[in-house]
Amino acid sequence: MKIWVPLDSAAKALGADQVADAIAREAAARGLDVQIIRNGTRGMVWLEPLVEIDAGQGRVAFGPVTPADVPALLDGSLPCHGPVENIPFFGRQTRLTFARCGLIDPLDLDDYAAHGGLVGLRRAIGMSQVEIVQEVADSGLRGRGGAGFPTGIKWRTVSDAVADQKYIVCNADEGDSGTFADRMIMEGDPFTLIEGMAIAGLGVGATRGYVYMRSEYPDAIRVMEAAVVIARRRGVLGADVLGSGRAFDMQIRTGAGAYVCGEETSLLNSLEGKRGTVRAKPPLPALEGFLGKPTVVNNVISLATVPVIFEKGAQHYADFGLGRSRGTVTLQIAGNVRQGGLFETAFGMSLGEVVNDIGGGTLSGRPVKAVQVGGPLGAYMPVSKFDTPMGYEEFDQKGGLIGHAGLVVFDDSADMLQMARFAMEFCAVESCGKCTPCRIGAVRGVETIDRIAAGDPGAAALLTDLCETMKDGSLCALGGFTPYPVMSALTQFPDDFATHKEAAE
Amino acid sequence: MLEYAPAPSPEEIREVVAPLAELEGPLLPMLHAIQEVWGHVPQAAVPVLADLLNLGRAEVHGVISFYHDFRDHPAGRRVLKICRAEACQAVGGAAVAQSVLDRLGLDWHGTTPDGALTVEPVYCLGLCACGPAAMLDGRVIGRVDADRIEAELKTGDVEARA
Repeated sequence: MKIWVPLDSAAKALGADQVADAIAREAAARGLDVQIIRNGTRGMVWLEPLVEIDAGQGRVAFGPVTPADVPALLDGSLPCHGPVENIPFFGRQTRLTFARCGLIDPLDLDDYAAHGGLVGLRRAIGMSQVEIVQEVADSGLRGRGGAGFPTGIKWRTVSDAVADQKYIVCNADEGDSGTFADRMIMEGDPFTLIEGMAIAGLGVGATRGYVYMRSEYPDAIRVMEAAVVIARRRGVLGADVLGSGRAFDMQIRTGAGAYVCGEETSLLNSLEGKRGTVRAKPPLPALEGFLGKPTVVNNVISLATVPVIFEKGAQHYADFGLGRSRGTVTLQIAGNVRQGGLFETAFGMSLGEVVNDIGGGTLSGRPVKAVQVGGPLGAYMPVSKFDTPMGYEEFDQKGGLIGHAGLVVFDDSADMLQMARFAMEFCAVESCGKCTPCRIGAVRGVETIDRIAAGDPGAAALLTDLCETMKDGSLCALGGFTPYPVMSALTQFPDDFATHKEAAE
Repeated sequence: MLEYAPAPSPEEIREVVAPLAELEGPLLPMLHAIQEVWGHVPQAAVPVLADLLNLGRAEVHGVISFYHDFRDHPAGRRVLKICRAEACQAVGGAAVAQSVLDRLGLDWHGTTPDGALTVEPVYCLGLCACGPAAMLDGRVIGRVDADRIEAELKTGDVEARA
């Protein structure tokens, strides 16, 4: 009998390790022949720890399971969900990037290969640099880290650059609240990221890669480091990638708790061992990146999606989506929501459908007040904008941004003035200090919002003006996008700002 | 334990970081290695690193002080991080954090007088669908309330840090 118990951080945070221990103890006591496999998560966090058992008739899912449930679990008397595909949240998804996550043992390269792994890399090995880059361009893949820049164009710039050394840098500094897709794929299917980086290396002529990870993700770091060692030992990485005669190797690096290092130029400085301050662009990192060399800087999900594009073909991937947003989006449904987790689907579903239909509304059962989409720098979307389709341009038109596709749901108890204040406070704590609008503006922003709360009638206009300055004058998205949550809170939820004013008067 | 150890000598520091000298961009890995061994980055490390990497002392100090993770003095024996970010706020994280701090009589970054515990804010642990989230000595905990954290603090007080 095979039993899968996720090793994903979210599952562990909800007791997966204790459940795995209990299963091992109980099975031993009963003399059962049980193989416990620690898989990634299927992404349904509200059902974690989600245990799957295959007693010969295929995998069936149970969850959430507690250690106390284990005797019943092994008796077969615990209520089950059937195969995970029968759970609507899972069954409705189109899993391309996350196809293997939760299915396989994350550190079993043979299991990975048995489920389509390395097919893409083998195909890429038979292609020229130009063909590889064209395949990515044809897929329509855009940067999943938030900016949505076409990945193929970035790769082409690096590929065309002439240099003695080029680099692939994976931005795994997933600091945005409400996002956990990077963490989940790195913990649940690390080889797909490694394969994607190797394909990128072949595509642009880079022989070295780095994954810049967050120190806040110790579990993901352990899995990635172990996966790199295995990949190197098995010849996926090294001087002769899968016998191609071409070299690509990579290292895992850990940041040190600076949110701004998720910004690509700041990340590059940090990787070089400097303060994580933002660099002015140009020069683009594609031409002068890590150590001044041409560098592809891509988000985890962008790179982890590359293998499936090469496995199934660019057209297969591009056939999903809406408008200029091609392929799938890995929605992360979080915050005050009944059914939170990772939901991969073609672009185009409406925000309201995601929150109410997929997410099942709020956890508290109270009405939804706002959804912050795209992390701490994303706008608060009111319920009146729930018809907005999930797409880069569609969100832009509604004054928001999709970002890394994290959605944080708030119920009607949320105080939007406090959320606006927090956005400014966060910007002040995390500002790298290089540019004035961000460094000083964020501090003044907190003060100005406090003045609004105290009833100062002129403060709202001042805040609006300050946000304009930050937006136009900041070097990077931290100072430049903090106005999104602040101004969306101010304009979409004026009552939260007015109440304070009236109370003071 | 660590905080009573004598300050490391330049030779000891050099021994820890020297194997990393061949890396591209070695300073952060070196600082992590030092903090791993001594629980903080001692002042004595600055001239050693500056010399090894051909940097000014001010540059090295600038890097250390930029990052939230690097400490100039040891933390408590256990470190509790509570998430302050939006997704955890949406499920009452701010109140949980305040309640924990009040019970311990601490402010953010504070350490209990007996040196047992340091409490720090963290901005997102990637546990946004099972908040409020916390991390105790590198171990993640989801859906916490103040009672749960108090119970966690009472168990495994001397467990090795993950």
